[in-house]
Amino acid sequence: MKTLKLTLLLVLFVGIAQGQEKFITKQGHISFFSHSPVEDIEADNNQVLSIVDISNGEIAVSLLIQSFIFEKSLMQEHFNENYMESHKYPKAIFRGKIQELGDLTEDNKTVNIEGELTIRGISKPIETTAEIKKMDDGIALKGSFLVEVKDYKIKIPSIVANNIAKTIKVSFELIHQPYN
Amino acid sequence: MKKTIIFLALLSLGSVSNAQDLLGILEDEAPKTKNHVSSTFKGTRVLNGHSVENRKKGTLEFIISHRFGRLNLGIDELFGLDQSNIRFAFEHALTDNFMLGIGRSSFEKTYDGFFKYKLIRQSTGKNSFPATISLFGSTAYKTIKDYDPNDKPDFNDRLYYTSQVLIGSKLSPGVSVQLSPTYIHNNTVRINNDPHDIFALGFGNRIKLSNRVTLNAEYYYTFNPLESLDTKNSLAFGVDIETGGHVFQLILSNSITMIEKGFITETTGGFFDGDIHFGFNISRAFQTGGRKRKNQSRE
Repeated sequence: MKTLKLTLLLVLFVGIAQGQEKFITKQGHISFFSHSPVEDIEADNNQVLSIVDISNGEIAVSLLIQSFIFEKSLMQEHFNENYMESHKYPKAIFRGKIQELGDLTEDNKTVNIEGELTIRGISKPIETTAEIKKMDDGIALKGSFLVEVKDYKIKIPSIVANNIAKTIKVSFELIHQPYN
Repeated sequence: MKKTIIFLALLSLGSVSNAQDLLGILEDEAPKTKNHVSSTFKGTRVLNGHSVENRKKGTLEFIISHRFGRLNLGIDELFGLDQSNIRFAFEHALTDNFMLGIGRSSFEKTYDGFFKYKLIRQSTGKNSFPATISLFGSTAYKTIKDYDPNDKPDFNDRLYYTSQVLIGSKLSPGVSVQLSPTYIHNNTVRINNDPHDIFALGFGNRIKLSNRVTLNAEYYYTFNPLESLDTKNSLAFGVDIETGGHVFQLILSNSITMIEKGFITETTGGFFDGDIHFGFNISRAFQTGGRKRKNQSRE
């Protein structure tokens, strides 16, 4: 009995020790914005999965293309059907590393993130800055970066070419909780 | 000894999850959801008849449809283009699953109102289901004054009802099929031998040629056709072309009308005799009310 208690205690301890390094969210927020002379298009995804390991700065983000919500529903359908082909490529994935993470405080700290962004099965290196800070019970990561539509071979027919920007601004706000 | 083994096993379990890579953890943590299959058809019509598709909540669609005269009328009638039947309609999606529409056809000066309700959506993943099922009901009111002045029909006499169960399935991203069991009730018939209740079965499909162009076909088989007319089963071929907020459908069909009671029960043209009507449906979608986007930042 005593051994069992000890075992449980140890397992618990191991669990906690891991939990302090990894932080996860399942309701991260990522949006993108396309500005053109004809119209502005914006879509939001509030079901972003993200995990960060503060022991080595590694980070992974995964989202379902289908979960982007547009103001115009028909646009959302075309986004999935024609542009992103979400039946073929359901996810967008980022994996990378926060450079020189150091110690985290309650104040925002600007860090560089380098990694690889995979959309429509195409992986491209990407580098961006982000603000990171410690919160009561988590890690907040916030920032934005630009993505070239042509990098991911997204075909835009000439008839709507003026409606869609060539460069899309992607913004993220990920509030992670301890993972165990 | 046993306890030690358990202990070691538990400990190793801990270290396994430690070594697991971050993306792997995300995979495990991803909520197991069912994914609804979308865009079985591009438009709310296969060609003449309704498809299983509804528009999403708040979408108001204005649809203009034309069917010209028969191609085999020759050059005097410019292959039918001199004659034109038009239907225009407003179709509004009240929810993602329920839509209402009203329309007016020049053929027999008919008004029509319909509802379509999406009962079950095709899905994959958890609790998957292989088909989308929609219920469709419409009433048509004929206002053309084609009656004997001494025998003026009352309001009820001029009504026609259609009920359909639409069963559609997206077999692959490029191929969708639909079955449409149909029941039509005519309040009035021309001769006593004409059935008041007509049963039909529709078949429709679409093949995707590219992301924006599909090839469609549709056929309605009528089990007990009207006796007073030499009716044929309705057959149609066409393409859907999608550009931004528009869907164009170009159609070749032996039917001249664009509402169910018309093309299913009253088609008289023989497709293979050249009694083909060229036509099109054009729709323009407007977003009303706006959809709520949950994009407020959580700070």
